[in-house]
Amino acid sequence: MNFRPTIVAFLCNWCAYTGADLAGTSRLHYAPNIRIIRIMCSGRIEPTFILKAFKEGADGVLVCGCHPGDCHYQEGNYKCLRRFKLLEKFVSQMGIEKERLKLEWISASEGKQFAELVNEMTGTLLQIGPGKVQKTLEFEHLKTK
Amino acid sequence: MSQETIKPKLKLAVYWGAACGGCCVSVLDTHEKLLDIVAAADPVFWPIAMDVKYKDVENMPDKSIDLTLFNGAVRNSENKHMAELLRQKSKILVAYGSCAYMGGIPGLANFFSKDEIFKRAYEETESTVNAEHVIPLPLVTVKEGSLEIPVMFNDVFPLNQIVDVDYYIPGCPPQSERLIEVFTAVVTGTGLPPAGSVVGANDKTNCDECKRKKSDNKKVKRFYRPWEIQDDKETCFIEQGVICMGPATRGGCGVRCVDGNSPCRGCYGPPSGASDPGAKMMAAIGTMIDANNPGEIDEIIETIVDPAGLFYRFSLPGSILGRKVL
Repeated sequence: MNFRPTIVAFLCNWCAYTGADLAGTSRLHYAPNIRIIRIMCSGRIEPTFILKAFKEGADGVLVCGCHPGDCHYQEGNYKCLRRFKLLEKFVSQMGIEKERLKLEWISASEGKQFAELVNEMTGTLLQIGPGKVQKTLEFEHLKTK
Repeated sequence: MSQETIKPKLKLAVYWGAACGGCCVSVLDTHEKLLDIVAAADPVFWPIAMDVKYKDVENMPDKSIDLTLFNGAVRNSENKHMAELLRQKSKILVAYGSCAYMGGIPGLANFFSKDEIFKRAYEETESTVNAEHVIPLPLVTVKEGSLEIPVMFNDVFPLNQIVDVDYYIPGCPPQSERLIEVFTAVVTGTGLPPAGSVVGANDKTNCDECKRKKSDNKKVKRFYRPWEIQDDKETCFIEQGVICMGPATRGGCGVRCVDGNSPCRGCYGPPSGASDPGAKMMAAIGTMIDANNPGEIDEIIETIVDPAGLFYRFSLPGSILGRKVL
């Protein structure tokens, strides 16, 4: 079977989304496995969003915000970083490989870096295979029948 | 009294699935109000208090029980059978208590698989000698005949993952006063919210009712487990560095744990509008970490020993992920 990873990416409006946009307007070629959701600030990310993405079948989740110190709202990206670190610990306790969850800082001028990041993450996911959250849940429900 | 004004007594059932029995006891904890309950309703099935067999329930007409309080999670085929049977026989089915609501303490078993649990319980525990590797089997045939016991599932399920549930009363156990309020609403037929609602609890969080002193700018340099710190008995637990589930927990219990100088553990489940108490708690706690540099943040997070177990103590099976990924 040909496995094509699905990556859900939450990009902040001010830096990362603009960076991704730059990758597009610069006509850079990169892996089409990413599904971008634009949010106003990476500080808006709640763990619920990420867990839900995994539950709905994402093989990986990528969060991108402004570089530290560059946040449009002063410190949203620091808040994101703290939540993210805590969530990372939880997610590994839940048996989800840490490679599936990634936080990176992308500025509005880093279109090239964004394209490389997506390629790299897609490559990693291809190696570790499909996410198992949905499969686990389906399998368990069948067992009670 | 003329014939028309005599209201037929309601029929009440209380059943336990994977539970400790505390929820059944919380019904008895209504004390003298229990007499009012019995005056308004006949218990027709209540294993902790009455000798009624499963087959008696099977023989009841469908929808003949007015109110069923189902406590406990669904852990095995017996729980599942009874959940389906009581759904069929009941007009109103209430998931009563944390286990029926979101999985509760038995739901922590979802951090493991059935095989791991059996291995630990029947082979590895320090007090176990089991050289023949005997484990319980659903069906055993011996000379005298065959013996059947329920099949344990790999997962623990909250009640609503097995059957449709009309109302949820959270709590470990639910506060008896709130049960009386709900029961009165059922008896009088007024004041019941739409099906699917959480009843006998508030919409807002426990922090809303908590009387401890709180500041707007919570900053935590290090987290403590409750025994590692001397509580000053008046400042918000989280500001003292002790994780309290208040910000991610529905009020309604009367903040009893905090009043007793113990942090909230989250038995009332998430407040309205939040589906996953642990995720909400991570959002709340995460932002309070007082550091900006990744290394320092890691050090502070190190002091939260077991975030998954702590934040999902009562709610793992009903949370977004539901169980550890296998």
